[in-house]
Amino acid sequence: MGFRLFPEQASTISFEVDHLLYFLLAVAIFFTVLIFCAIIFFSIRYRRRSDRELPHAVHGGLPLEIAWSVIPFGLTMVMFTWGASVFFKESRPPDNAMQIYVVAKQWMWKLQHIEGQREINELHIPVGRPVRLTMTSEDVIHSFFVPAFRTKQDVLPGRYTTTWFQAVKPGKYHLFCAEYCGTKHSGMIGWIYAMEPRDYEAWLSGGRAMGSLAENGEKLFDDLACGNCHKPDGSGRCPNLVGLYGKNVQLASGAVVKADEAYIRESILQPTAKIVAGYQPLMPTFQGLVTEEGVLQLVEYIKSLGEKPGVPEGSGVTPALNREVPNTQATRPSNATSTPRNR
Amino acid sequence: MASEVHVETLAVREQFDTASQQKNASTLGMWVFLITEIMFFGGMFLAYTAYRSWYPNVFGAASRTLNATIGAINTAVLLCSSYTMVLAVRAGQLGRRKTIMLFLVLTIILGFVFLGIKGYEWWEKFEEHHVPGASFHLEGTPLQGQAQLFFSLYFAMTGLHALHMVVGVGIMSYLLYQTYVGKYTAEYYTPIDVGGLYWHFVDIIWIYLFPLLYLIDRHGPKP
Amino acid sequence: MNASYGIKSWLFTKDHKRIALLYLATITFFFFIGGIFATLIRIELLTPKGDLVSSDTYNKLFTMHGVIMVFFFLIPSIPATLGNFFIPMMIGARDLAFPRINLLSWYLLVIGGLFAIFAMVAGGVDTGWTFYTPYSTSYSNTWVIATALGIFIAGFSSILTGLNFIVTVHTMRAPGMTWFRLPLMVWSNYATSLIQVLGTPVLAITMVLVFCERTFHIGIFDPALGGDPVLFQHLFWFYSHPAVYIMVLPGMGVISELISVYSRKAVFGYGFVAFSSVAIAVLGFLVWGHHLFVSGQSLYAGMVFSFLSYFVAIPSAIKVFNWTATLYKGSISFATPMLYAFGFIGLFTIGGLTGLFVAALGIDVHVTDTYFVIAHFHYIMVGGTLMAYLGGLHYWWPKITGRMYPEGWAKLSALIIFLGFNLTFFPQFILGYLGMPRRYHAYSDEFQVLHVLSTAGASVLAVGYLLPAIYFVWSLRYGQVAGANPWKATGLEWQTPSPPPPHNFEETPVVTHDAYDYSTTVGEVIEVG
Repeated sequence: MGFRLFPEQASTISFEVDHLLYFLLAVAIFFTVLIFCAIIFFSIRYRRRSDRELPHAVHGGLPLEIAWSVIPFGLTMVMFTWGASVFFKESRPPDNAMQIYVVAKQWMWKLQHIEGQREINELHIPVGRPVRLTMTSEDVIHSFFVPAFRTKQDVLPGRYTTTWFQAVKPGKYHLFCAEYCGTKHSGMIGWIYAMEPRDYEAWLSGGRAMGSLAENGEKLFDDLACGNCHKPDGSGRCPNLVGLYGKNVQLASGAVVKADEAYIRESILQPTAKIVAGYQPLMPTFQGLVTEEGVLQLVEYIKSLGEKPGVPEGSGVTPALNREVPNTQATRPSNATSTPRNR
Repeated sequence: MASEVHVETLAVREQFDTASQQKNASTLGMWVFLITEIMFFGGMFLAYTAYRSWYPNVFGAASRTLNATIGAINTAVLLCSSYTMVLAVRAGQLGRRKTIMLFLVLTIILGFVFLGIKGYEWWEKFEEHHVPGASFHLEGTPLQGQAQLFFSLYFAMTGLHALHMVVGVGIMSYLLYQTYVGKYTAEYYTPIDVGGLYWHFVDIIWIYLFPLLYLIDRHGPKP
Repeated sequence: MNASYGIKSWLFTKDHKRIALLYLATITFFFFIGGIFATLIRIELLTPKGDLVSSDTYNKLFTMHGVIMVFFFLIPSIPATLGNFFIPMMIGARDLAFPRINLLSWYLLVIGGLFAIFAMVAGGVDTGWTFYTPYSTSYSNTWVIATALGIFIAGFSSILTGLNFIVTVHTMRAPGMTWFRLPLMVWSNYATSLIQVLGTPVLAITMVLVFCERTFHIGIFDPALGGDPVLFQHLFWFYSHPAVYIMVLPGMGVISELISVYSRKAVFGYGFVAFSSVAIAVLGFLVWGHHLFVSGQSLYAGMVFSFLSYFVAIPSAIKVFNWTATLYKGSISFATPMLYAFGFIGLFTIGGLTGLFVAALGIDVHVTDTYFVIAHFHYIMVGGTLMAYLGGLHYWWPKITGRMYPEGWAKLSALIIFLGFNLTFFPQFILGYLGMPRRYHAYSDEFQVLHVLSTAGASVLAVGYLLPAIYFVWSLRYGQVAGANPWKATGLEWQTPSPPPPHNFEETPVVTHDAYDYSTTVGEVIEVG
């Protein structure tokens, strides 16, 4: 790759980010040139010719002060609005996005496709389809950064964050860890391979996947004997999981939470944190027994048991639908709720 | 100059012109310092508030294990010490050396009483395995990590407060010595005044800590 | 000042001028330590492979570069040296309100610095100067605690300096020195002190929590125990964003002085410039969340912080416009300090305008944690603060020492620094937008050209910094003797001999004019314009 001044534009959002950049650049260059020229002009025009010179005192002018406060303020508000609207798009994955799960650890990226393919430090995606990433970390904070897509999202231990992008042209793009994470931070890099959908399908079928993510999740579900209590017909001692994902769940504490990825993760690792109304806190914790990847498989399995139609799943930065329980967002520590009081 | 003579007797330091300027500076200095102290404790209050709102149930349950009676006694002790401190300042205004010393001694004693009770309370926590660490255990909740968080914050906040009490007692002892050697008069008692500000501040911190740690959610179910 | 000599007379001095010089020596020492780290970083980055030092060493280098430069150079730089020396003189006081506390705060900086140096010598610390949890609390195997303690102690130095300034400005102004006659240097240092007093304790408590977390593993920031690592980021940036203004506000004050004296005009819009300092100090406390746009904080929090961040831009813009307007129909001299002032305005303009880029949410997602941010804050902290510091040091050097610096060499070094600085950091904007992440020991080949340019610039810059160190020392002995007021400046500090006597003034001055009334100092007048 040769020398270049601007990075490749390889995602839908990259064009919008760059347009905003051009606007900012124009404003910045205008003011820089203005200030530089004014300084150079004044300092030549009014250079000191004798050490005894005394210029007239000028103490300021209100109209000028107002002008150079209000005009920049107006410009910055344009920047804010524009920047926020781009960010809004960057933060909200489309409903039809394809799901990828990411687990970061010192110092590698582990990525899983729904179909079961697992990759390390490489991600194959189709061009022209939005891709939604659900990410978590096993240790410290990392950050998923693809410059060509203009996308970056911190990856935190103990909770899920999400981001999305849609590649627009096939190619091989850098994946960087952008949050300092220790010794081999600069080695925590990889490649995103954006492929024509046809090639992607071929790649998918050519892989050596051992069952889809949901199938692996089901296997894990059986291995852990979850089905002994969580019976599909609802007769078990624990809540029925069929059709759970995306639903609102009534808790014993009286609160209502939405069953999103973060909720399911928490219920596996901290089962007593949120007790479903009408059930006893019987479930043991699976903290330490299931890896983050395993949890993601289970989450995907539970998702596959049926999704309530028409309810979009919450992204990492979407506020909870239910205002009564502000602490159900994925942005909060997932094991972040305590024992319900009236159980 | 007449004021020069005045200056000498009032122990005005060389950078100041007048005694009142010096007093203003000292008092303002202490106020600014107390503001930094508020920000210092503020960080902890913020952390406590954040976690309390995230884990209301565990924090409530953990809070109910604290001994509110002892906390209330300690609050009373501190309020009394503030009272004796005010009296010491008043005696300073009047220039009554012996009265100043009496009330300073009382304040110091009350300070020690507070610290003693606090120490007993900590020892109790130790006995109950409520000290964060390997042997930590809070009955009745599976969420030990969050319970431990409460006690971490409890120890950090009360510990920091107790440290300020120790410093306060040190300041009082210094003031006591200075009074003893006759440093202070009705015209010059600024250090007592400023030391009093500090003492009241440390009291006020406790006045916030007590309800925050002991009282909120007092009547929920025991774990 | 020259009342007595000997080490003891310095180590136990209560004279704010001597304490300022102690600070000057201390922070110069730290500057060169931090500079050595920077040099090693730049040499390492000449080639894409991590070949000069190991990745662990590299991580320690950038961490210690940041820690030393931020906490032990930039934060004390202008307030503790130039401010300490001149704030009391500018308001016509004999000393700061609390000289012993002033000395104590120098000792605290030294002790804090010794902790930091101990950490370095013992094996270094590798968390980045930001100490993000849980890396710093649970994963790093380096000397985090010693460094955190050093910062904690140095923090109190900063708090006490701020406290001293606030009380001094409030209570010790000379007769006639009303608030709106104060030189703008005093206003900006006053605003800085507010931040020091309000912000630094939060950093201190955060460092205490990091210390506790690491020592007792109590779980405040550890997600495994229910803690929240992002809470650390909130606490840290609640101080560390305003800390940027601790670094740059005093520089703005210095520039106001320089622009005025070398164009021999009152600063245009004095009131606006004065209040903009206070506005920056206040608004600076409301924007910390713009460091957390991609940290997983909510979409709406991001929007609020972005919105507020743009408000800080306005007072900064007001200052730049007013400085430029001051030049209009002035009598402009090109003495070295003025060159630094021009440099400051230019670099600060670029740094400030790129701040608008990183405050824009959509762009920040792409550029945060890349070299774009590095370039941006170096334009503010080095291009801004350091230029102002050097400008101020040249300007007041004759007052401090009684000797002139060599003008030719000084002009040359100012030019070298300006060029070297731009060559070092401008390419980093491009690097960052291209996607080069920060804190990378090794990088992809396509970034090399720009890194080589940057390293070339850094070597020019190094020469530029060494020159003043040499000629300042030289001038102590061989410099031309300066009179009381070589620049025909108006401040009270120029109305007393150079160097000033122990209590600054033979008798307490009485102020009858506004600041920057040059008709009082320029003897025979030739009107211009």
